[in-house]
Amino acid sequence: MAIYVDENTRLVVQGLTGSQGRFHGFRNQAYGTNLVAGVTPGKGGTDLDGVPIFDSVAEAVQSTGADTSMVFVPPAFAADGILEAAAADGIRLVVAITEGIPAQDEARAYNYIAQTSDAVLLGPNCPGVLSPGKANVGITPPEIARQGSVGVVSRSGTLTYQAIHELTSRDIGQTTCVGIGGDPVPGTSFVDVLELFQADDETEAIVMIGEIGGSAEEQAARFIQEQVTKPVVAYVAGVTAPAGKKMGHAGAIISGSSGTAQAKQEALRAAGVTVVDDPTSIGEAVAGLL
Amino acid sequence: MDLFEFQGKSLFARVGVPVPMGRVARTPEDARAAAEGLGGTVVIKAQVQVGGRGKAGGIKLAANPDEAFAHATDILGMDIKGHTVHLVWVEQASDIAAEYYVSFTLDRGVKKHLALVSAVGGMDIEAVSDETPDAIVKMHIDPVVGLTPWQASELVYRAKLDRATARKSAAALLKLYEAFVTLDCDLIEVNPLILTDSGEIVALDSKVTLDSNAFFRHPEFEDFRAAFTEDPLEKMARQRGLNFIKLEGSVGIIGNGAGLVMSTLDVVSLVGGAAANFLDVGGGADAETISSALEVLTKDPSVRSVLINIFGGITRCDLVAQGIVEAFGGLDLPWPIVVRLDGTNAVEGRQILSGVVSKSLIPAATMREAAETAVELAGRN
Repeated sequence: MAIYVDENTRLVVQGLTGSQGRFHGFRNQAYGTNLVAGVTPGKGGTDLDGVPIFDSVAEAVQSTGADTSMVFVPPAFAADGILEAAAADGIRLVVAITEGIPAQDEARAYNYIAQTSDAVLLGPNCPGVLSPGKANVGITPPEIARQGSVGVVSRSGTLTYQAIHELTSRDIGQTTCVGIGGDPVPGTSFVDVLELFQADDETEAIVMIGEIGGSAEEQAARFIQEQVTKPVVAYVAGVTAPAGKKMGHAGAIISGSSGTAQAKQEALRAAGVTVVDDPTSIGEAVAGLL
Repeated sequence: MDLFEFQGKSLFARVGVPVPMGRVARTPEDARAAAEGLGGTVVIKAQVQVGGRGKAGGIKLAANPDEAFAHATDILGMDIKGHTVHLVWVEQASDIAAEYYVSFTLDRGVKKHLALVSAVGGMDIEAVSDETPDAIVKMHIDPVVGLTPWQASELVYRAKLDRATARKSAAALLKLYEAFVTLDCDLIEVNPLILTDSGEIVALDSKVTLDSNAFFRHPEFEDFRAAFTEDPLEKMARQRGLNFIKLEGSVGIIGNGAGLVMSTLDVVSLVGGAAANFLDVGGGADAETISSALEVLTKDPSVRSVLINIFGGITRCDLVAQGIVEAFGGLDLPWPIVVRLDGTNAVEGRQILSGVVSKSLIPAATMREAAETAVELAGRN
């Protein structure tokens, strides 16, 4: 089984008519994802390469039965787009790719969705989710992945690709590769994804890619110790990052003594996780555990 | 973006939180003139984007303009935790009856806003937290609802701030929270927020971090940069849309994606080297972006070799390779470049690079190999 997306996923893309939304939406379709609709306010009633465009997510869901929305809306309007998707009856997963959303907007959107909707928010500022051989909802280049039994979860985009590449080049396939995003308020946490991988029969091992900032890796370590029986290999980026400097991602910053890579590595090791200090060692470490 | 104290205070004044009168001075003469203009006793305060100024001797009381001149002479040019003081803030001294601590930030673990209030202000709050944790009152605030008046009062009561002026301090909390949200701050810290002898609540200090993702809503915030002494390389990179941080080592790094670049710095360190910088070209970099990034590194004399680490997703490796070839043709590159390309159009990219016959352009098959080669070359060059 894959998690979050599979061959039954019915995808609507908010911002399908924009250049990024179009490129990735149709790349996802070419991979086999069932792209059923696009949403662009003011363009309802038209179509783009055979995909119907609607003015609102609610109308797209009503007409096409879409259950997953991918958000490619510019930062100034993205939080509103996320709220719209989560409010639409029938949408169970919102994948927010947009980078650069203000943290205050994210905090409001996250908490409002948690209080009012059953939809799961993945991201923002994430590469999306790929279930090899089944569906790709996001910007991950799918040709680097192959179907198999390892679940991948990561805070970083390109580092996720690196991890998938290390696995695939050793003939180790993946069930699902999940990018939770590098922002301070991610909709989905490591713990949420670990819980799904633990419950998934096909997933035999888990690769987790963390980075400096926040305490998500420490929370994951506690969860792994208590609930995860499958082998976990982890890599944490930013061992040499200086304190107080935001390393690209809005969430990747060491403030005071908290959020260091060393503390995260220690917490994960203490929870029985195999921690590698070089991403090129991920494949080898997983091969040793399978 | 971390603001200077006086910049943060200008934002407090905008939402109606009282702050002492003051002026910025860049020279001792300016400080003397500011003290004359303000009258009475003034405080000379170093403006740096780092805490611990008081302990470092960066805050001095001056009874008259001549003392203001003397203290400003001492403080300007001072080094505080690696930050050189280029500006002082000269403000009217306050009569302090009590010192409080207030901060608003995002608690990432709980994903809600966090208010911290204490009646023990004016000190290092981490020390207070270690020694007397009960002296700090914590309250989570739902970002959907925001801080409500009863919560602000509750914070005042629980922190045991002066009860006679509770309405005023609660009002100050509400205004500071309003600034935190509407001005898109990652952090607002006031240490101390004081009660004056005459019963007023005044923000005597400010530590404000603005969320640069929200600058489209506050274009005027860009003007705050004018007061900063920005690293010239960081400034050049920022103007070119590159995410650049200067570091201490000798291996120049260019990569796509924050995680991959951070990881590249780590691997360089792991094989015995040290990165000269963090440079993320972001998603969708084209030939011009890469060439532009290489040009930024040519301005850094500490760079001895360069490692380009690209995992193509949105970014196409063939365009990256074109950018490298263009830089080779158009720029005088003083160091060897090690290139590792994987992902989208990597085969085409490697093909393009193989057309350049130069000992200074070295392809690498993996990230680790690229790091080893770049570190070795940096040592030799």
